[in-house]
Amino acid sequence: MLTFLVRRIATIVPTLIFVSMLIFGLQQLLPGDPAVVLAGEDRDPNVVAYLREKLHLDEPLPVRYLYWIKGVLHGDLGESLRMQKPVLALIMEKLPVTLELASMAILIALVIGIPAGIISAVRRNSAWDYAANVVALWGLSTPNFWLGIMLILLFSVTLGWLPASGFVSPFEDLKGNLAALIMPAFVLGNAIAAVLMRHTRSAMLQVLSSDYVRTARAKGLPERNVILKHALRNALIPVITLGALELGTLLSGAVLTEQVFTIPGFGKLIVDAVFNRDYAVVQGVVLFTATAYIVLNLFADIAYVIVNPQMRVQ
Amino acid sequence: MALLAAALPSPATLARGAPRAHPLRRLLRRRGAAVGLVIVTFFVALAVLAPAVSPYDPLATSWTAIRKAPDTAHWFGTDEIGRDVLSRVVWGARASLLAGVVSVLISLSIGVPIGLVAGYAGGKVDMLISRLTDAVLACPFLILAIALAAFLGPSLTNAMIAIGVSATPVFVRLTRGQTMAIKAEDFILAARAIGNPPWRVALRHVLPNVVPALIVQGTLAIAAAVIAEASLSFLGLGQQPPAPSWGSMLNTAKNYIENAPWMAVWPGLSIFALVLSFNLVGDGLRDALDPRQA
Repeated sequence: MLTFLVRRIATIVPTLIFVSMLIFGLQQLLPGDPAVVLAGEDRDPNVVAYLREKLHLDEPLPVRYLYWIKGVLHGDLGESLRMQKPVLALIMEKLPVTLELASMAILIALVIGIPAGIISAVRRNSAWDYAANVVALWGLSTPNFWLGIMLILLFSVTLGWLPASGFVSPFEDLKGNLAALIMPAFVLGNAIAAVLMRHTRSAMLQVLSSDYVRTARAKGLPERNVILKHALRNALIPVITLGALELGTLLSGAVLTEQVFTIPGFGKLIVDAVFNRDYAVVQGVVLFTATAYIVLNLFADIAYVIVNPQMRVQ
Repeated sequence: MALLAAALPSPATLARGAPRAHPLRRLLRRRGAAVGLVIVTFFVALAVLAPAVSPYDPLATSWTAIRKAPDTAHWFGTDEIGRDVLSRVVWGARASLLAGVVSVLISLSIGVPIGLVAGYAGGKVDMLISRLTDAVLACPFLILAIALAAFLGPSLTNAMIAIGVSATPVFVRLTRGQTMAIKAEDFILAARAIGNPPWRVALRHVLPNVVPALIVQGTLAIAAAVIAEASLSFLGLGQQPPAPSWGSMLNTAKNYIENAPWMAVWPGLSIFALVLSFNLVGDGLRDALDPRQA
């Protein structure tokens, strides 16, 4: 286990280095002098001079990268020109909102995706299976920002049941918080539910045809026990890893969902930064997201090894 | 007797097993894929024939027809400045299909050669390429595309570049994996044994065998690219107004959802139908090109 951990961590170090190079390189795509572009529309000469010095623009590119990465390693992701705040502080301020939204979305995805996958596999080629596959295909093909608009039209405009936009802290008003997040969380969880359903179905089909399931049936165990106690436990193992890969979908989806429902989270931060030409925030958010994605995948791999004894032996 | 002989399979055919139908025929046998293909063809025709089939100029405004509900004059209604929604949906098909196809071509043209080199060369070259691919894959697809589009500047061309570059690692990984598997086959050893240089073996013998997997992934990637273009345009980073795009139409429509819901319904349904049909075709192609399913 320790050898696995050391090896796995060793593989993420070069990936993180390349990610940092890639994200630092984004700045080079800016047309013209980065200091002038980064200074915004006002192009205040003092700001330009400050940025030139802060970003070490007179130095060669590799030296600039080393200065930048040194700052990043010390928790300095730069400073937002618009909001006059450190980028890391801005991320930390917005992150709890997105984490709450993402947690609700995952919960919804699990509640829909896994039972649908089980039913689809157990009742293979039945009407249930076809219905689950149609729902999965719908989930994969529906743009979540459009689904969000349609849900607003139905539940906010027509029925008046839920607020169309905005966010209330759960510490201020829990009911209001849930009412504000239920639609965006469903929108976000919808596509992930479809993917989970497909993974669960295929894993269950594989497990259900294995010898130990046949043995469990031959012993006369009730079908419910065979499916839930014997088959599902093993079928869920690959779903953990494959589900972790959906974190990217979750983060990407949050950008659009937060925009549709005007939720002041992480996704809205990057979109606002794009329109304010606050490039340090864009860079910081991408770096933070990529690092979080790599680390969470590492955790998923570790969880996979923990729950799967065969992997530990290997 | 001659007729009977013609009806019976030859010994050679028997030895090889039953002859397999042409992949296109196998694709069309799948109902979902056939429906998907019809819808894709419909949208392609719509995009190509947009000037002929569009009832109005998609940019023409009319102050007397602001936010008109669907009627016989405007089947899909009009938008906030009196433009015909149907005409904009028809012209929007161009932007979506163009973005879908061009982005995937960009991904293919970068990803396939890199994946081929990584898979064929192996060793340190493969390790370096794999780590670079992991780095790009670590950035969530849409977030990377947003960042690239933000730094390149908002336009449909830059959105296509951003989507294409962000989707490239998938093709690198796929080509690399397939190349590594095919490289170990006997016919590749034979091609090398008769003295073919590595580039010829890779291009003439390995690449053609990677193509089926690339076709399947490419079709599914078009679906993802159509959604990505619509997402970027929805955020204002793709097609710029007043040019029609389904994503930017939805961006405007969300502000008028109470008074003019039709502005949001049609562009969204169009994205859904196009993406769904590419997904159906992709799934069908996967089965049709899979020898185990024959």
